[in-house]
Amino acid sequence: MGQHLMKGNEAVIYGALLGGATHYFGYPITPASEIAHAAADLFPRCGKHFLQAECEVSSISMLYGAAAAGARVITGSSGPGLSLMAEGLSYLSGSELPSVVVDVQRAGPGLGYIWPEQSDYNFIVHGAGHGSHSGVVLAPNSAQEMCDFAYKAFELAERYRCTVFILSDAYIGQIMEPVELPRQIQTNPHKDWALYGDEGSRHNLLSSIYLKLEELEGHNLHLQAKYKRMETEIVDFEEVLTDDAEYLFVAYGISSRICHSAVGELRKKGVKAGMLRPKTLFPFPSVRLRQLAGQVKKMIVAELSNGQMVRDVLLAVQGVVPVDLYNWMGGRIPSTEEIVLRLQKDLAAG
Amino acid sequence: MHTIKHQKARSLYPTFDRKAPGADVSHYCPGCGHGTVHNLIAEAIDDLGIQDRTIFCSPVGCSVFAYYYFDVGNIQCAHGRAPAVASAIRRTHEEAIVISYQGDGDLAGIGMSQIVHAANRGENITVFFINNAIYGMTGGQMAPTTILGQNTVTTPAGRLAANEGFPVGVAEIINSLQAPVFVERVSLAGPVKVMKARMAIRKALRNQVEKKGFSLVEILSPCPVNWKMTAVESRRWLENNLEPVFPVGNLRDLPKGPFDQVDKKKARISDRKILEILGVGEEEVHTGTVRLKEEQNFKIAGFGGQGVLSTGILLANCAIAEGLKTTWLPSYGAEMRGGTANASINISHETIGSPIVSFPNALMVMNLPSLDAFEDTVRPGGAIYVNSSLAPRKVRREDVTAYHIPASDIANDLGGIQCASVILLTVYALVSGAITIETLQKVIPLAIKRKNLVDLNMRAIEVGIAWHRENCPKEEKTTEV
Repeated sequence: MGQHLMKGNEAVIYGALLGGATHYFGYPITPASEIAHAAADLFPRCGKHFLQAECEVSSISMLYGAAAAGARVITGSSGPGLSLMAEGLSYLSGSELPSVVVDVQRAGPGLGYIWPEQSDYNFIVHGAGHGSHSGVVLAPNSAQEMCDFAYKAFELAERYRCTVFILSDAYIGQIMEPVELPRQIQTNPHKDWALYGDEGSRHNLLSSIYLKLEELEGHNLHLQAKYKRMETEIVDFEEVLTDDAEYLFVAYGISSRICHSAVGELRKKGVKAGMLRPKTLFPFPSVRLRQLAGQVKKMIVAELSNGQMVRDVLLAVQGVVPVDLYNWMGGRIPSTEEIVLRLQKDLAAG
Repeated sequence: MHTIKHQKARSLYPTFDRKAPGADVSHYCPGCGHGTVHNLIAEAIDDLGIQDRTIFCSPVGCSVFAYYYFDVGNIQCAHGRAPAVASAIRRTHEEAIVISYQGDGDLAGIGMSQIVHAANRGENITVFFINNAIYGMTGGQMAPTTILGQNTVTTPAGRLAANEGFPVGVAEIINSLQAPVFVERVSLAGPVKVMKARMAIRKALRNQVEKKGFSLVEILSPCPVNWKMTAVESRRWLENNLEPVFPVGNLRDLPKGPFDQVDKKKARISDRKILEILGVGEEEVHTGTVRLKEEQNFKIAGFGGQGVLSTGILLANCAIAEGLKTTWLPSYGAEMRGGTANASINISHETIGSPIVSFPNALMVMNLPSLDAFEDTVRPGGAIYVNSSLAPRKVRREDVTAYHIPASDIANDLGGIQCASVILLTVYALVSGAITIETLQKVIPLAIKRKNLVDLNMRAIEVGIAWHRENCPKEEKTTEV
């Protein structure tokens, strides 16, 4: 089977097109620009729509319009762009429109710089924009998963009528790896609720305004029930040597790649390390973490932020097991050796 | 003479439930212009026979509830964003009739960017812009179109140019762009003017049906409640105060747009063709089943332009061809040292964890700064491949194997300095055994598009082999050279 060496940022577009994407709207931003470059090249060649919007406020509004019209629509950006999209993301949730948004996280706050961080976690996972809302958040840690997650994102978005985020980072966007492409193109199904500009869809209304308190309350309860359902239906994670693990790393994205190597090195040194890697950050694998909390001696959350995912881990384990935070900010990336040495030092210190 | 129909347009709902269940009057205030414009648009939709095809994008403001009136496809948009939403719908359904209906705060304030760019792209949509010089729904605040001296709740002493600037002429701004086909400003100040508005609205919609392009009608409209006047007074005030600032009339009416709207159509491409374009199922170059002596943590570094990143990609492609797992990561963030470009390549039989090579067991340096920056990071027992043409000093470490190859000089003699890195890569291949020469020769023509460069690099491989033969006697390979 053919393997293609490609960047994560390119793979996400291959996955999207094979997943039946019909439209790409976006505004360039480093380190996500290759997504727009690949889309600008491949969408028109495949007979699909590509448009560079004037800003992220417009590109997310274009997602809103195209999704309402039944399209399979995707955009890619990074932190500063996502901040601008907050308005549209809230409207997409309010009107329950399916779309796919890729965030290749860079270092913040403000302009920060183009180096990798994982500091958009709180913003993306806990509801980007005003109101009580969220979306599915997928966390790829390889070019292959950038492709695979984009491939399945549209089906998920339509099943739950929500935004599906692909929460990546500068390294997973820039890395080149062999990617095996899905061999079938998904079809974009007809949606009963969408606007097609025809008689059959004429009575459809897409809106997030509810004038009666009871209706808006009901709408909110409906959204929350939907998010709750995701927890039992689509939570996904990878486990590395958890069977007998005493020290469990919890990491996603590029951090999980480094922790994976660290687990290997620690095992060579006789330390029973393991890892749980959430592939879905929303819904979060809380149930499995709670189980593991009864087994391991310690959990170590490794992330490139001030400690954002660690709060979800703490909430999941409810004090049953100590949770340490290994974190880096400003674009600093730990080496495998640094993590190994730190854990060894912590263990020696008791 | 125009005939005025008194029955309700078919594309309006029979009752106006926003007001009250079964109501036959709208929720708009007495004397408000929205109702008049709604009627004119609905009548035009009826007459053009486009009710089923119409998708109406309603704004934020009093007309947020347009969907209570128009029996067409409806979508409610975020404040100011309707033209972006409409642009995307336009690009999804070629035959839909897309209307963006906006007020002055929505269009000329918060949404100025969206309207200007949608107009500039010449989207085949119709925009109805209700300019009543004030914010209605939020309670009478200043609008971008509020005239100088006009009292509002946020300009209680009257709008002052020195503080709030001048009223914005939207029709003039849109008319400054190349793409729109139709721009007209009309007024609802009296029956004759309303008839002119009716004509403009119909024209703007007909243009879209005929796929001519972007049309905008700015409608000067009364807001008696927030102007604090009676309905009759408000029409007089509109005529005497707004019209002098915003002159009514047609600003543009082109027979056709500056480009063919067909450009935005997409050809239907079959799934089979898409799979072909994306390279799905392409045959793989599979040559070897190399057994690695050890996992390769390879770093290549040099000046930009020395082919550092592309040589790394070449190596990764060769590794794939050998049936191995590989990662390639460009220099990035804290990894970027000494002002040099570098790339990390891992090659392994096993799933690769960290793609970052902090401590390589194989380092290839194309220049002196790279040697200085990375020599100390090489793991004991590792190898350093030095382009000695540009890094004229010897490797100082004694616990690594060093290969000093005048690659740039040799490449120059071959007729192209850009193949220096391939000479080094050839020596690396022979020393490490991580990839075979056969694979390198197969992958280069696939990786390099220009024929003359392929030939150059093929000769570079030969020269690399010769250098290795002459400088790396078998027994010396494990000791220092």
